[in-house]
Amino acid sequence: MTHISVNVDGTTYEDEVEPRLLLIHYLRDRLGLTGTPIGCDTSNCGACTVELDGESVKSCSVLAVQADGSEVTTVQGLAQDGEWTGLQKAFHEQHGLQCGYCTPGMIMAARDLLRENPHPSSDDVRQALEGNLCRCTGYQNIVRAVLAASGQEVPA
Amino acid sequence: MTDQMAGPEVGRSRARKEDAHLITGQTNWTDNIQVSGLLHLAILRSPMAHARLDRVDVSAALDRPGVIAAFTGRDLADGMGSMPCVWPVTEDIVMPDHPAVAVDEVRYAGDPIAVVVARDRYTAADALEAIEVDYTPLPPVLDLEDALAEGAPLVHSDKGTNRCYVWPLATGESFDAVRERADLVLKRRYIQQRLIPNAMEPRAVVVTPLAASGEYTLYSSTQVPHIARVLLAMVTGIPEQKLRVIAPDVGGGFGSKLQVYGEEALALAVARKLGRPVKWTESRSENYQATHHGRGQIQDIEIAATRDGKLLGLKVDLLADMGAYLMIITPGTPLLGAFMYPGIYKMDAYDFTCTGVFTTRTPTDAYRGAGRPEATFAIERIMDDLAVELGLDPIELRRRNWIRHEEFPYTSVAGLTYDSGNYEAATEKALALFGYDKLRAEQADRNERGDTVRLGIGVSTYTEMCGLAPSRVLRDLRYAAGGWEAATIRMLPTGKVEVVTGTSPHGQGHATCWSQIAADALGVPFEDVEVVHGDTRAVPQGMDTYGSRSLVVGGIAVHHAAEKVVAKARKVAAHLLEASENDLEFTNGVFSVKGSPEARKTIQEVAFETFSSHDLPDGMEPTINAEHLVDPENFSYPHGTHLCAVEVDTETGQTRIRSYVCVDDVGKVVNPMIVEGQVHGGLAQGIAQALYEEAVYDDEGNLLSGTMADYLVPSAADLPDFVTDRTETPSTLNPLGVKGVGEAGTIASTPAVVNAVVDALRPLGVADVRMPCTPQRVWEAIEEAAR
Repeated sequence: MTHISVNVDGTTYEDEVEPRLLLIHYLRDRLGLTGTPIGCDTSNCGACTVELDGESVKSCSVLAVQADGSEVTTVQGLAQDGEWTGLQKAFHEQHGLQCGYCTPGMIMAARDLLRENPHPSSDDVRQALEGNLCRCTGYQNIVRAVLAASGQEVPA
Repeated sequence: MTDQMAGPEVGRSRARKEDAHLITGQTNWTDNIQVSGLLHLAILRSPMAHARLDRVDVSAALDRPGVIAAFTGRDLADGMGSMPCVWPVTEDIVMPDHPAVAVDEVRYAGDPIAVVVARDRYTAADALEAIEVDYTPLPPVLDLEDALAEGAPLVHSDKGTNRCYVWPLATGESFDAVRERADLVLKRRYIQQRLIPNAMEPRAVVVTPLAASGEYTLYSSTQVPHIARVLLAMVTGIPEQKLRVIAPDVGGGFGSKLQVYGEEALALAVARKLGRPVKWTESRSENYQATHHGRGQIQDIEIAATRDGKLLGLKVDLLADMGAYLMIITPGTPLLGAFMYPGIYKMDAYDFTCTGVFTTRTPTDAYRGAGRPEATFAIERIMDDLAVELGLDPIELRRRNWIRHEEFPYTSVAGLTYDSGNYEAATEKALALFGYDKLRAEQADRNERGDTVRLGIGVSTYTEMCGLAPSRVLRDLRYAAGGWEAATIRMLPTGKVEVVTGTSPHGQGHATCWSQIAADALGVPFEDVEVVHGDTRAVPQGMDTYGSRSLVVGGIAVHHAAEKVVAKARKVAAHLLEASENDLEFTNGVFSVKGSPEARKTIQEVAFETFSSHDLPDGMEPTINAEHLVDPENFSYPHGTHLCAVEVDTETGQTRIRSYVCVDDVGKVVNPMIVEGQVHGGLAQGIAQALYEEAVYDDEGNLLSGTMADYLVPSAADLPDFVTDRTETPSTLNPLGVKGVGEAGTIASTPAVVNAVVDALRPLGVADVRMPCTPQRVWEAIEEAAR
């Protein structure tokens, strides 16, 4: 067992964990932060994307012990005082989700993109979200949502 | 009666009610459920396609710290029936026994062998490695034609055959008769590769038992909580009234969760044995092996026509891969397409036969469109080949044969009566948006120049069969259940509304659309409506969500239940206002007396009056709640025209979609934004079948495309922007004029894309490319044509 101290969505947790425990299982099973789902076991789908010290990572490919001393942000930490972020609003307004299972990962990956590239083109968005799979939307409305969140006009 | 026309809510692009919890992570996926004392269940699966189980020994697993129990198939067989198939399509169908966990023999790679129950999921997964199994390998059965040959190894040796059934349909004139008078008979073989549905949420089950009363609550990532309740009660012997099934948030289904799975039954069996709550969550790799697959057919199709392009008849001979076992509608899935091969075309003869074949592969069952994409693919591909033979533009050939707008209602040669449609309008609109003539000119230019990047143009005009299904039709097809749907509207004392629906969504936006329908019919604000679904205790009756039935059957039930509420409210309002019912107007939720508008009662006031029940008309029951069950008279038939332009690099085989335009006619639209979203998602899945996806097995029956790393689910970078538009020809079969949309995009897009790929390569001598049209396949087709 290894001692870790992780700040998740603004709360610091001290825990003893098995070295092999994945961050996603730590978040979900230990902390009960089930807003971030798991879609695959090969790091292909991106559903479990969270931010680790401000960078988006697939939390199924990070060990909990690697998050020791770090700050983790999940989709549950985004809305402040019930006020959604621009991306959350845009996903809602552009119908960028259907079943919603990939949505936390999509939003977290899109945040990373917009930090690096505040005015992406449609192609930029498609390339940036390549590691996040969605089976419902055909991606078009996800792309629209990210463009809208960046303050750009959305093609009709 | 109100009989309101489409009002201010229906037809409006409302952002969805269900988004709020999904975008903030306040979700209720089955795997999120934590209860005190929860145990985790892991399943040992067969590493072989076919083998006898000589010994399964779980004792070493039991010795592991943290392991609570372990069971073999034999341990679990006691008190458990065979997993059900509810669609015995013929009287003499071969129905093999299907244990939830294999007892003597495994029949596909992934077939469950044993189960471990442990305190946490890591311990459970580790303990699987300690289970000892002795196998005697048996020959795999993989090829559909070989499987039917004399002396072929048998998937189920006790059945003496791999032939599950032969199902024929012959309508109109005989095909042989029209063959005689045809100028041309084309014969083609198309392969529908196996697909893996890939709902983003893997399947999960949680069972919480209440030992004292023998009650069980089963949470499942299912599309069909009501059907699951009935069938799981039958399989496990748990009395139905003591089994509550809850489908909480469900992360997509596409037919793969239209199923009653062995894992649900064994979770119940284990929870019953241990008296403790258990959870099983599928990994994606397990999903690829153990969640049913889709498609998997060999299609032999013949079309007879005259020289001037008039279709005379169609003959279809299918081999359909059942996989190793019959799941709930495995045999019937290809038959959902049986009636759709003639598509939108007029012809005199139709001859169809489907042979179901057992193989040692994962069972097949419904996947988005279920039978109809396969049918549409075959007819739309052969129409293109026929156009080439006749020297006609593919659009022109279709025009010469489709049912014209003024001919509806029209009974197709297959015997279906299409209520309404306007193929001309949809096609004209699509051609204009696409810039058809300009693209054809560019194509000719590139061909002329011998460009290494060729342009191809593909068309697909389709109709589909939504709104499954009239119960009497299901009876005639030997399907065990009905196709009705239930809705209850509860007007609460505070004037708010609960809509209880028997449909069970997994991303389609029922809460929003049902609120729109109810708000219009009741004259209440959209925000005041809540939709209750997916819990057999809260929703006692229902037939769930699949086959684009929710709106056309379930949504119509909501509409009628609301009409009943208004009818009863009208009686109460008349009583309270001391007026005749006939003198009352009902507008925007207000009953008023004609000519004296100050004499009024809102429907909310009436709801409170019926709650207090102080002053109701004589003999009237309290409350104005109402239930309605609707059994549709007919299917509904959306249609449309899809056009795809591809650029195919003849040096690398790479296909790029240059533009995709579709005009769908789904009748009246409740929420245009949701309809567009459904079309987009459907297109992605249909394009994926055309270009990317295939479940690949090796010669031993191992699934080579066993993870998301080996099976190409397209990402945002793989798909284009779509141009979607619509025409609106209302259905004449229901009061809202709706037709359903969930599967249209998938059905229409696959042939449009493949037609485009083949069109691009025809000048190089390529006549067909097998799906998925990967760079490798395209390149090989070009090389072969050049030889």
